[in-house]
Amino acid sequence: MKLFRLQGGIHPDTCKILSAEQPIRSLPLPNWLHIPLQQHIGASAKPVVKVGDRVYKGQVIAVSQGAVSASIHASTSGEIAAIGNYPAPHPSGLPIFTITLKPDGADRWLEQEVPDEPLTLSPEAIAMRVNAAGIVGLGGAAFPSAVKLNVSRRSQVQTLIINGSECEPYLTGDDRLMRERTSAVIQGIRLLRHAVGAQDVLVGIEDNKSQAITAMQFAAMGTEVQVIPIPTLYPMGSEKQLVKVLTGKEVPANGRLADISVLVHNVGTAYAVRQAIYLGRPLVTRVVTVSGGAVAKPSNLEVPIGTLVEELFRFCGGFRETPVRLLMGGPMMGIQLPNTQIPVVKGTSGVLAFTAQEITGNRISPCIRCASCLRACPIGLQPLEMVARIRAHDLNGAIRLGLKDCIACGSCSYVCPAHIPLVHYFNYAKGELAARERIKLKQEATRKLAEERMERLARLAREREAAAAARQAAKAAKEKQANVLAEAI
Amino acid sequence: MQMIGVAILSLTLLGLALGFLLGTAAYYLKVEGNTLAAELEKLLPGSQCGQCGFPGCTAAAQALANGQAAVTLCPPGGRVLVETLAARLGVEVNLAQVKETIPIIAEVQEDLCIGCTRCFKVCPTDAILGAAKQIHVVFREACTGCNQCIAVCPTESLQLKPVPVTLQSWYWERPAMTV
Amino acid sequence: MNLPTHAPHIHSPTHIGQIMNNVMLALIPATVLGFWLYGWPAINLWLVCVLAALATEALSLHLRGLTVRPTLLDGSAMLTAWLLALSLPPWAPWWIAVIGTIFAILVGKQVFGGLGQNVFNPAMIARVVLLISFPVEMTTWITPITLGSEQAPHFLEGLAITFGSSGTTFDAVTSASLLGHVKVELNRGVDLQAALTGYFIPHDAVWGWHSGSLGETSAVLLFLGGLVLIVKRIITWHIPVAMLIGVLLPAGLMHALNPSHYLGLVPHLLHGGLMLGAFFIATDPVTSPNTAIGQWIFGLGCGLLTYIIRTWGNYPEGVAFAVLIMNATTPVIDHYLRPRIYGRNHKGEALLP
Repeated sequence: MKLFRLQGGIHPDTCKILSAEQPIRSLPLPNWLHIPLQQHIGASAKPVVKVGDRVYKGQVIAVSQGAVSASIHASTSGEIAAIGNYPAPHPSGLPIFTITLKPDGADRWLEQEVPDEPLTLSPEAIAMRVNAAGIVGLGGAAFPSAVKLNVSRRSQVQTLIINGSECEPYLTGDDRLMRERTSAVIQGIRLLRHAVGAQDVLVGIEDNKSQAITAMQFAAMGTEVQVIPIPTLYPMGSEKQLVKVLTGKEVPANGRLADISVLVHNVGTAYAVRQAIYLGRPLVTRVVTVSGGAVAKPSNLEVPIGTLVEELFRFCGGFRETPVRLLMGGPMMGIQLPNTQIPVVKGTSGVLAFTAQEITGNRISPCIRCASCLRACPIGLQPLEMVARIRAHDLNGAIRLGLKDCIACGSCSYVCPAHIPLVHYFNYAKGELAARERIKLKQEATRKLAEERMERLARLAREREAAAAARQAAKAAKEKQANVLAEAI
Repeated sequence: MQMIGVAILSLTLLGLALGFLLGTAAYYLKVEGNTLAAELEKLLPGSQCGQCGFPGCTAAAQALANGQAAVTLCPPGGRVLVETLAARLGVEVNLAQVKETIPIIAEVQEDLCIGCTRCFKVCPTDAILGAAKQIHVVFREACTGCNQCIAVCPTESLQLKPVPVTLQSWYWERPAMTV
Repeated sequence: MNLPTHAPHIHSPTHIGQIMNNVMLALIPATVLGFWLYGWPAINLWLVCVLAALATEALSLHLRGLTVRPTLLDGSAMLTAWLLALSLPPWAPWWIAVIGTIFAILVGKQVFGGLGQNVFNPAMIARVVLLISFPVEMTTWITPITLGSEQAPHFLEGLAITFGSSGTTFDAVTSASLLGHVKVELNRGVDLQAALTGYFIPHDAVWGWHSGSLGETSAVLLFLGGLVLIVKRIITWHIPVAMLIGVLLPAGLMHALNPSHYLGLVPHLLHGGLMLGAFFIATDPVTSPNTAIGQWIFGLGCGLLTYIIRTWGNYPEGVAFAVLIMNATTPVIDHYLRPRIYGRNHKGEALLP
């Protein structure tokens, strides 16, 4: 199949060798599970259990609220120990509403009926079951999958693209999933295709995962699923890039994938959909790569959602040396964790512990306009010019240069010989602009309140005057009457 | 002699023609007097808090339009407002030197509130809810941190506090400029 | 807790100092050949340039209230001095080097705000200032006397040439550079063929055996150094190729039309500062455009202007002027030639679904 050329991109050392040959192992149940109520893009889920309740594995403990949201299920059977704030897997380390579950050790599933012939279900029914299973995009963005399915079905999407690129260095979970649970992944892909009625199904896998490609191609034989090796290039796993390389189409700026009749799902998501529909298992575990130079035995683990990162490292033999940085996600876009007491969530593709050698940071020097960033940018932006604007407090100038088109992949920061934290500047600017927008909205609201108050005070004053005048008039009338009476008498 | 005549004549004609042009321009291209002040007022927060030292946003806008006030006059507007005002008025400001104000709002310390109702009578945005002899609460979304309620509270129960950062409002800090 | 570090958490191993070092490494073969051809005075001149540059840079950084050490050691000041030294007559007196270097670092770079902020190439600014201010010293060339040969000045004599008073004379053969010679002869009405006879020997020219500045010696070694930079991705190929085309295309055309008046391709390529300019000067990232198409325009402009100045201008060599003029156009080129953004057309409008 003809592939299309991408602009930009980088070739970081993938370091996948650390964990690529480690089969997926199940992490034993931890003593506590801390399950945040918002692990997805959209509205937080609403708890439907109280402290002390006993729950089964897979039982809903918080339901989705609003159009874009996802339900949360108990990752094992046990007792609800607490509902309250707990540090979020977020760079700020701020608290998030979290349900704490004390496992009872039985790991007893809540049995759910499963269809005999999953592929005969209606597309609507598949989306409904995906929604009920709380499935979100497992590639990292954690967008509720059912919402995507419904939008794509309504706009009659032609092409379903399955993202098996796993372009982030160190991560090998998707690779292992495709190699070990190949037929289940293919079943999931076929379900997704059926759910949106797509004509073509393209599975893009980076050519550094030859075993996964072979396994998937073998399993896909005789089906409508096409497995396509694609060049190893970061950020191939970004939806926009993957779509471009496979179809040659570009998602219009400010547009959606459905605008060009494409839907993209991750292989992990396809697997989760298969588990939900074939087995009636909601999304309560996920495959997480535990890696980095500081980890004694890098591994791929199937982890209950809500397990603390600490447990993962401990199961992998602890640390070989004291890590200088802990990460959740990949090294290119992942977040730094303040400590190991942070729970694994649906969007956690990996947890990494880095040594000082792996973080090749350096002193920031002035920009010499070498344009490495411009050549590395997969979107065609001019990172150096945008940063110059942001440094000069000219955020609108940065927007005019395309700040809002930035996908924050970090390629520019990676290549910058001056070690300028370019993508940090962009995320700061995006956050600052959003904050300004919030302030503007608030100011509009308070201005209105102030105007209403002025009007009300004016009205009250008018009413008082009118009342006073009325009293005056009444008094005068009364006096007059009295006078008349007096005269009459 | 003739030369002087030509010079006088040509200068007179030139003067007349240009004068006519100026007069016409002044007539047709006239700028309404108060539009600038009105436009500036729209940019200001409009909560009439009076922190700038003027009786309200209208007066502040008038002062700005007359050049009697600096573009940095409005504390609640922050750096963004300075930027917008400077752009509108064509004034140069060094934004790096304008301090970014942390948004603050009033908060009631419940154990000190005696329910005197003074605060919500002065609140320009009706951001305080309560009734006599009952503990008042500040409606966060409506409070502009204008300080008016603080001044009237007899028990110092009201205090200005920074708006708490949440997961929704948090964003990355501006990277430190090391070079 | 410390503030979290923003992604990415890994980084390519490159840094500014490494880029500068690589450029200097690529300059070493041609420079060493220059040292060999012109002897101790050339080595002294190079040293004076480098020391003056480091001193000036350190002083300016100190005056700007910055930490001196790391920036001083990133190699940018040294590279500027090196490039300037390569564009001076090898036997020029020390004060030419000092004035030029101070001008390059102070006025050419630091007053704009230091590394990365200057509009013009500092080394070329200094060269042009020197050329205009001290035309005699800047156009006195000598024919090569290789280091260690009998006629060559030994170490002390070398010091006397570089640091001695202007009265010091050493028994060297001064001669015009080829481009200067041709210009003079053509102006006198001499036919080009006659002017070139005995003056242009291609085999010697390839290895730099002719009078000129240090950086005008070996076209081959400079070309190889440039290739290394392209292979190591320190520079891209666009500017050098465009600049060479910009000179060679009109040169070929004019030579074909009138060989008795216009120099052919080979002398244009092998003489003067074209190779140094194309691979090491015009490719200065600070003062050249960012996009490939912008670099093409910039390079072609540099080449064409070089050719025009060489052929019809008053100066025999035009690389420095050409580069400076094109430096001035860089901001405009970068403003109008932006890459297309994904999902948008060239005008920046969103693509239609």
